[in-house]
Amino acid sequence: MKLFKIKGGVHPKGRKELAAEKPIAPIPLPSLLRIPLQQHIGAPATAIVEKGDLVKKGQLLAVSRGAVSAAIHAPTSGKIIAIGRFIAPHASGLPAPTITLRPDGKDEWADIPPPLDPFACEPEEIATRVAASGIVGMGGATFPSAVKLNLRNRNALHTLVINAAECEPYLTCDDRLMQERTAEVLDGVAIICHALGVSKAIVAIEKNKPQAYEALKTDVKTQSRFDIQIVQVPTRYPMGSEKHLVQALTGKETPARALTADIGIVVHNVATAHAIQQAVRHGRPLISRVVTVSGEMMSQRGNFEVPIGTPISHLIEQCGGFIGEPDRLLLGGPMMGQPVSSQRAPIVKGVNGVLALGKKETPARQSMPCIRCTSCVSACPCGLVPYEMAARIRADDLEGAVEIGLLDCIACGSCAFVCPATIPLVQYFNFAKGSLTAKQRVAHKQEETKRLIQIRDARMEKIKREKQEAMARMKAEREAKKRQKELEEAAKAAQEDGQSEDCSEEQARAKA
Amino acid sequence: MSSIDIPSGPYSHSGASIPRTMGLVLVALLPSTIFGFVVFGWPAIFLFLTTVLTAMAAEALSLKMSGKPIAPFLFDGSGILTGWLLAMTLPPWSPWWIGAVGSVVAIMLAKHAFGGLGQNVFNPAMVARTVLLISFPIQMTQFLGPQPIFGADAPGLLQGLGITFGGHPEIDALTSASLLGSIKTQLGQGEVLQQILSREFDLKSMAIGLAPGSMGETSALLALVGGLFLLVTRVISWHIPVAMAGAMIVLSGLFHAMDPGQYASPLVHLVSGTFVFAAFFIATDYVTAPGTPVGKLIFGAGVGTLTFVIRSWAAYPEGVAFAILLMNSTVPLIDTYIKPRIYGRTRKGDPIQYKDAEQGDAG
Repeated sequence: MKLFKIKGGVHPKGRKELAAEKPIAPIPLPSLLRIPLQQHIGAPATAIVEKGDLVKKGQLLAVSRGAVSAAIHAPTSGKIIAIGRFIAPHASGLPAPTITLRPDGKDEWADIPPPLDPFACEPEEIATRVAASGIVGMGGATFPSAVKLNLRNRNALHTLVINAAECEPYLTCDDRLMQERTAEVLDGVAIICHALGVSKAIVAIEKNKPQAYEALKTDVKTQSRFDIQIVQVPTRYPMGSEKHLVQALTGKETPARALTADIGIVVHNVATAHAIQQAVRHGRPLISRVVTVSGEMMSQRGNFEVPIGTPISHLIEQCGGFIGEPDRLLLGGPMMGQPVSSQRAPIVKGVNGVLALGKKETPARQSMPCIRCTSCVSACPCGLVPYEMAARIRADDLEGAVEIGLLDCIACGSCAFVCPATIPLVQYFNFAKGSLTAKQRVAHKQEETKRLIQIRDARMEKIKREKQEAMARMKAEREAKKRQKELEEAAKAAQEDGQSEDCSEEQARAKA
Repeated sequence: MSSIDIPSGPYSHSGASIPRTMGLVLVALLPSTIFGFVVFGWPAIFLFLTTVLTAMAAEALSLKMSGKPIAPFLFDGSGILTGWLLAMTLPPWSPWWIGAVGSVVAIMLAKHAFGGLGQNVFNPAMVARTVLLISFPIQMTQFLGPQPIFGADAPGLLQGLGITFGGHPEIDALTSASLLGSIKTQLGQGEVLQQILSREFDLKSMAIGLAPGSMGETSALLALVGGLFLLVTRVISWHIPVAMAGAMIVLSGLFHAMDPGQYASPLVHLVSGTFVFAAFFIATDYVTAPGTPVGKLIFGAGVGTLTFVIRSWAAYPEGVAFAILLMNSTVPLIDTYIKPRIYGRTRKGDPIQYKDAEQGDAG
């Protein structure tokens, strides 16, 4: 298949060899599972269990709330011992609503929904099943998958792209998944094709995963329902950015501020395809995922099937702990991953890696002034001028940074990766984006307040006016009554004077 | 400089650093430099050392005065590079104070007065060279032919010291004008270009660098070797050197075709003066060049054009330094108007719109 060029990008050391040969292994259950209610983009789920409830594996713990949200299920059987706030797997380390489950060790399944025959049922049924199974984008973005499946109602779709680029260094979980569960993955691809109503799918794998490529390539021959192509794409970060992957495969750029669906293409991660297959064929909700544990400071590296809610510390213990104090402990890859604030935080649906990086692997903390070497301009896959955006943000000219494209930045970190002055460019951009959002929020609040005050003023004015009017009306009525009374009295008096004259007069008018 | 713990990624790095980049440029300068030492002997070495050491001292003093940490900046390689580049552009037997004054001007006035590393508008080495040329026109045009370091006529170690630090008057007897200088003078005297060239121009020796000229600029070939090294190691991109040479070839070719008696051919222009050296080492200076590929093309073409204009019609025989400084002043303007196209947007900045209905919105 003909591929197209994408702009920029970098070639970080893959370091996938650290874990690439390790088959996916199960880990023993921890003594406690901490299951956050928000493991996805959108509104947090609403808990439907209570403290003290006994739950079974796969039982619904929390229902999705609103259009963009995802359900949460019990990763194993056990007892709900708390519903409260607990440290979230986020750099801030702030607590978030979390269900705490104590496994009973039986790992008993609940009554899970029956298998669906994906190609016999309506696309809506698949989307409903996927939503009920709490499946979210497993590449890290954690966007609820069902919402993406329903894009067919909004856009004319023609192609499904399966993102198996796995362009982040170190991570090998998708690689292993494709090698070990090849048939399931391809079945999942076909199911998504049916759910989206498209006939064509492209599975894009970076060239550094030849075994996964061969496995899929061989297995796809047995699959004839849809036109599924397995394609190798160059090993270049950020090939797995969905808009760039689509461009590499089709030559089409997704317009700014639009979705790939607007050009007829929907992108799903390969691990998501696997999760969807499990939900549709077996009724299993998303309660565990494959996580790569790697980095120089990790005693044992590998790929593990980890129940959602497993504390990071438990996973690290299972891997024999650290060799030495890691310089960075990350969730996700080294390019876009998040530092772990506390090892007590749990593994969630979007976590594809736990990396303990040594000093040798991480960049220097000291930065120098920008020398305008323009490495960042060449590296930026979005055609931005990172050094200038950073300069404007430094000068507190956030609007100026927006003018030259801050909001088109995908925060891939290619610029900071190549910067010889090790300027934390992404930090600048994140700061500016955060400040702008905060400013917008304040502005919005002020506008809302103003609007509400105006409405209140208008209402008060109206009430006042109505009161005055009412008073005036009452006065007028009173006067009118008074006048009428007077008139009536006068008329009475007159009537008594000459009743017959009146009658004859009326009769005469009627005749005329 | 900051060493605050930054939470944002990436937590991986290419390994690029300012000292590494500057170091690669220094490596690329080695062929030209060693050749300059060999051809011009001990006085060139002394002048070089004086210039570089003064540059380092000026850097340290400036850092101290501006209250910046000295160690990381002094050894980031930028100060030594400025001094080194300046030395390359000086007549090799100039007295020591030419190099010293030049370095002080370059580092203190052209660099640190603007805010130090990364902040200067003009290329420090070119500012210093221009200041020296205008202030000390005699010393700055006393070029001389090759005096190989261990040759019979070449000055020895002590004599070399004398030339650099003692202000030996006998140097006058040895000096000669550079090719561009003599073309300018003799054209002014009414001679025809072909006659001058047939007398003074030998392509091979010009290209190799066996002609009167500055310490490190005479050999176009070795400058090219260094430049190719910079291209291969991706320290520089091709845009500025190619645009600069392209503009020069087109313009000089055009005028040479119209009047070969007045205008030298593109070849003469390319191998003489500091053209190739400047195209790879000076015009490509990160700090003072535009930030985008298209901007770099405009900048390079501007330098090439202005160099040709100055060489052909202005009072000075060599115009590269002036051309670079003039174009340096246009960089903020170029960077304001020339920006790369943003992904998913048109050049104007609006979101791309596809015309074919099939791709469009169905709902």
